[in-house]
Amino acid sequence: MQAIETSAVQAALDRFANQDVFIHLETTNGAYAAHRQEQTMAVCAFIRNGLVRYQRGTVAGIGPYRVGLKMEQGWIYAEGLTDWELDEQGRLLMAGHDSDGRLAIALELSTEPFGV
Amino acid sequence: MPVERHVLVVFPHPDDESFGAAGAIALHTRAGVPVTYLCGTLGEMGRNMGKPFFATRETLPLVRERELYDACAVLGIDDLRQMGLRDKTIEFEDPQVLAARIAAVIEEIQPSLMITHYPGHGVHPDHNALGAAAIRATTLIAPERRPVIHAHAISANRVEVLGQPDVVLDLADVLDVKLAAIRAHRSQSEAMFAELEKEFNRDPAFRKRGTRNWRQEMYWTYPA
Repeated sequence: MQAIETSAVQAALDRFANQDVFIHLETTNGAYAAHRQEQTMAVCAFIRNGLVRYQRGTVAGIGPYRVGLKMEQGWIYAEGLTDWELDEQGRLLMAGHDSDGRLAIALELSTEPFGV
Repeated sequence: MPVERHVLVVFPHPDDESFGAAGAIALHTRAGVPVTYLCGTLGEMGRNMGKPFFATRETLPLVRERELYDACAVLGIDDLRQMGLRDKTIEFEDPQVLAARIAAVIEEIQPSLMITHYPGHGVHPDHNALGAAAIRATTLIAPERRPVIHAHAISANRVEVLGQPDVVLDLADVLDVKLAAIRAHRSQSEAMFAELEKEFNRDPAFRKRGTRNWRQEMYWTYPA
């Protein structure tokens, strides 16, 4: 992955618009968050292979970045994205990494289902 | 430590065996005891991606599978079996089905000892769920063929609730093996080792204290 460059990410988001796409959306603070620091609770959510269609997808911010996907009936939103790549299978992978390189959020789009 | 006939290790994530039980495993394989590792998932949802990060959410399972084989080579595990479950989802599977799968392996290899997580004391939900399934599996086995269970507990209140561990292993002779196994899980341990090195440099006494903690592994024999 490489640091997000908004014009390139925007072009990729435009390519996935107006068609059925599989989405992986995830955020996590780690399964051991509560164990390491009792005041914290472990928080995580993920959707893998949600099938969605958005009309307008936009990357915003000056970094870390936000992405909003506007659907006919609703929104998909991710904040804290730092890095991206179009992988060998043409999937758009975006992720937010903390200073230790740990993944805190991921938003990925693919025309084929992600592996499970 | 008594010489076992065969040891079965049941953990959900690549690296659980190294962080948690590399010392015990190395002591067994050094004594010539065959060790079978039943690994539940490929840690697909791990948050550590290496430092600096080199894996993505999509490449992480492949990266961790390679690391798992490397760690098994370091530990002398030559029978690695993957259950093909998915990280974070084990507690949502049918526990009876999981138990039956593990029981089939127990019937096949007839281990004298099984190492798994102590249910309720694994901190990670996958640890608790797979540990519970492994223990449930033994109830599907005829009593005379049930392995002894050494349960690994990492909860903060483990001693308060379970009492002192009855199995305490001195890892002095295999500490280098344990550290090499943990390092083999590069994507998962790089950030930790970098942090440790910083701590060590700040406080030289911590290096001694820290490594002393690594020189022991503790297990609670699960009540038969």
